[in-house]
Amino acid sequence: MTSTIELIQVSKSFGKKNVLKAINIKVDAGQIFGLIGPSGSGKTTLVKIIVGMDQPSTGQVQVLNTQVPNLKLLQSIGYMAQADALYNDLTGQENLAFFASLYKLSKEVKKERIAYAANLVELTPHLSKKVLNYSGGMKRRLSLAIALIHDPQILILDEPTVGIDPELRKSIWAEIVRLKSEGKTILITTHVMDEAEKCDQLAMVRDGEIISNGSPATLKSHYNINSLEEVFLKAGGEKDENNRIS
Amino acid sequence: MRTIALVKRVCIQMVRDKRTLALMMVAPLVILTLLHFLISSDPNTPRLGVNGAEESLIDELKEKELKVIQFDQLKSPNQLIKVKDLDGVLQMEGDQLNLTLTNDDPSKAKLLQTKVMQAISTVNAKEQATNLAHFVEDIAQQQPNAPINLNQIKMPEMSTSYIYGNSETTFFDQLSPILVGFFVFFFVFLISGIGLLRERTTGTLDRLMATPIQRKDIVFGYLIGYGLFAIIQTIIVVFYATKVLDIMLIGSLWNVILINLALALVALLLGILLSAFANSEFQMMQFIPIAIVPQVFFAGILPFEGMPDWMQIVAKFMPMYYGGNALVDVMYKGFGLNDIKNELFVLLGFALIFIVLNIVALKKYRKI
Repeated sequence: MTSTIELIQVSKSFGKKNVLKAINIKVDAGQIFGLIGPSGSGKTTLVKIIVGMDQPSTGQVQVLNTQVPNLKLLQSIGYMAQADALYNDLTGQENLAFFASLYKLSKEVKKERIAYAANLVELTPHLSKKVLNYSGGMKRRLSLAIALIHDPQILILDEPTVGIDPELRKSIWAEIVRLKSEGKTILITTHVMDEAEKCDQLAMVRDGEIISNGSPATLKSHYNINSLEEVFLKAGGEKDENNRIS
Repeated sequence: MRTIALVKRVCIQMVRDKRTLALMMVAPLVILTLLHFLISSDPNTPRLGVNGAEESLIDELKEKELKVIQFDQLKSPNQLIKVKDLDGVLQMEGDQLNLTLTNDDPSKAKLLQTKVMQAISTVNAKEQATNLAHFVEDIAQQQPNAPINLNQIKMPEMSTSYIYGNSETTFFDQLSPILVGFFVFFFVFLISGIGLLRERTTGTLDRLMATPIQRKDIVFGYLIGYGLFAIIQTIIVVFYATKVLDIMLIGSLWNVILINLALALVALLLGILLSAFANSEFQMMQFIPIAIVPQVFFAGILPFEGMPDWMQIVAKFMPMYYGGNALVDVMYKGFGLNDIKNELFVLLGFALIFIVLNIVALKKYRKI
């Protein structure tokens, strides 16, 4: 299989602080790839570098065999930011329509996609309301709908299920799995372990380093533990010990 | 295409935000109206208390558009001024004239002083003339045969003509073109700057950068979106100033609109540029005393020639310097398009530089 996203020795530092240290990641096409790690571990910075919104200090990023950053590439990437970036004074419909027109969709396709995306996140009855009056969960869902609006080949979701109730979370995951079956590649960050369980590949991030990666099953067998949560704690602990030794 | 989507969005947001729209369209009119009535209202006539002066002097003073109030008793002038709310007191003590001025309003005090001096010198001149006439008469009586020719010196007639304006011109007529331009500049700066700042702080600008939009699309989207409202504002302000407030407009109305549009363009671009260096609305406000207020000083309200050399150089970097001059040229002096084209070109030059700087400043959000 060809890799859709490839990071080679990516490091990033803000001033003297090293946020990412020599990250290597390979995401194969049609996979759900999970980045798990605590807040402040550098997940969002990593994601932004993959999208091209941030530049690595050293190293290379390739998406669909194209060097990032690249404007054309963004047409194939659906991005959902960690913080909802929505226009509060516009309605849901207007938000979707605005982002749809940034992707140069034809009128019919645009209409179709807006209806599809809104329906998917169960916002169809609320589309004419201003986002100002949305609940936190509704805003999250609208953000997801916007990420899907242009039917992108690659989805990059930064903590998509934060603040979403369990029922909707389930339906969102069902959709993610369905998108995968369509051959799309999905990169997702999370710190919820049962979500990590649903990924094909995982990379555990801690303090800007990948401390462990592989499929959930591999990770579990490697550490000889049943739950990923324990894997995470154990892997993190190991690193601490290493640090102390060195 | 993407620019149009952005323009559409800016317009919807603007129309929804009724208060901001009202601020942009109505606030300049309110301020202009207030200033118009404040500055062009006639100053009230100075009140002068007089004690012990001759009748002729009092008559002369009354002719000088002064309110003369006579007092028979001599109290202390300070007391008198306070009690009777006077602007000055003139006392005759023997041959000595004493003028006490309140001087709470220096310009009024100067005016009063000048008028009193004029009245005194007129009275003196008249007395001199009478004395001379008597003297001539005496001599004529003593030496009846001697021919005496005394040429009476006639006061030359003086007529005043004006190159710009007329005798009715007030300070406001010269000031108002600058104010019209300044308010357009100020409100466009504020609203476009905060508009893009909101996009920065809510994270939507960051989010936009994850779409294939180009940086220049964003700058032009904002430019056109807010530009449309700036055009409407400019037209409202200019029409209101010239048609309702009846501010002196000798040149073409279209030239006035043209200059204001150029100013609005510069303000808009300066607003979105400076918003890159602000993290909140409060920080955006902090740019007003630094970037906006000094513009007024160089706009032509204070005489340019009197400035120190280094300030004259600073003025050349102020968009309002060119805008203010051009507006005074057209509205007050009646110059045509050909006379103001240099100013217009400089303003467009500012706009062009700001466009480039804006596109570069967005690199903070995405390198390409």
